[in-house]
Amino acid sequence: MRFFLGTLFAFAVAATVGLGATWLSLSRGSAFGAVSIGAWTAWPRTGTVGIDPYARAMIARTGELPVGVGDGVAFYAQADDRGQNFDGRCDVDITGITPTARFWTLTLYDQEGKLVANSINRYGFTSQELIRNSDGSFAIRVGPRARSGNWLPTGGVGHYILVLRLYDTPVGAATRAGREAPMPAITTRECA
Amino acid sequence: MTRWLLWLLGGVLLGGIVHLATVLWLPRTATQDAYSRLVPVTEVNAVTALPEAAPDKMSLPYMDPAFATAICRYDLSQGPLKLSLNVSQAYTSVSFYTRYGSAYYAINDRAAGRRLIELELMTEQQHNEMPEEEDVTAADRLIVESPTVTGIIVMKALAPEPGLLPMARAALATGRCRPQPQS
Repeated sequence: MRFFLGTLFAFAVAATVGLGATWLSLSRGSAFGAVSIGAWTAWPRTGTVGIDPYARAMIARTGELPVGVGDGVAFYAQADDRGQNFDGRCDVDITGITPTARFWTLTLYDQEGKLVANSINRYGFTSQELIRNSDGSFAIRVGPRARSGNWLPTGGVGHYILVLRLYDTPVGAATRAGREAPMPAITTRECA
Repeated sequence: MTRWLLWLLGGVLLGGIVHLATVLWLPRTATQDAYSRLVPVTEVNAVTALPEAAPDKMSLPYMDPAFATAICRYDLSQGPLKLSLNVSQAYTSVSFYTRYGSAYYAINDRAAGRRLIELELMTEQQHNEMPEEEDVTAADRLIVESPTVTGIIVMKALAPEPGLLPMARAALATGRCRPQPQS
């Protein structure tokens, strides 16, 4: 009887610990090989055959197809440079320059990876359609209110995610932060 | 007391195994992965253009709306596949994914070096079975080996401005993917 109870107890612990750890690692995002530059994080290995089992399980769950390494690399941001989570009711400025790439795109998604509906049907920018300063740098305002210049509307959604994708770029798994890969700064301004 | 601690320790160790097993096993049970989402909207061994990404119709999550996208869902069980695509004026790429969504190969217009991306897709076994002399003349043929018999090819053409989306879609309309006649 004692043995039976012990086994039952051990199995209960195993199920809780095992399934709990799986759920946690997949919902929080725990793929290996992350490259973090400022508020931006990429997982270049996710776009190769060397993808780790956690990333593979995560992709199977969300249904996305990661950007292949011969194609480009995707940087994700969920919060500004000070760690404050994005809020669609706040104005956020994205300023600076991007690493070397033939093209890049910046896109705003909700937490499920869907585009966010807005009045001007703008879901992001490509490197070609931005209005830039004379030195090549740019400023994009992400916020709920219309504004002249580079305005990326949030549609008043709650939490959102920004994805900066570099296409045909030398940036990859071996890239380290700094001059090699200067990512734009993200600053939260006032909130509505 | 010690006995229960031992049971607890055993449970935690077993939990570690359960964790690893579920992580490895999960991709095989997923019903909402990219391949499963594409099955109802794409044909096998043919090119299907995906609708323009919009908030209420995302074929796949996290799609880049600046691109026109076409899919060739392949099945190599009947033989190799030949793929060709005219590149657009901006940026064109072809990415290959296994049945479980791992990217194993990607090529862009510049790497292809021509106005036409042309390659052959086969399993490792089919590649090994190729007659040897054919392999020699194949020096300028691009052959890609697929780790799985089925999978997904994603063809993308960039529209640098929204107005150029028709151009990108037109480039993708030249995309072909068809089983090769076996010699």
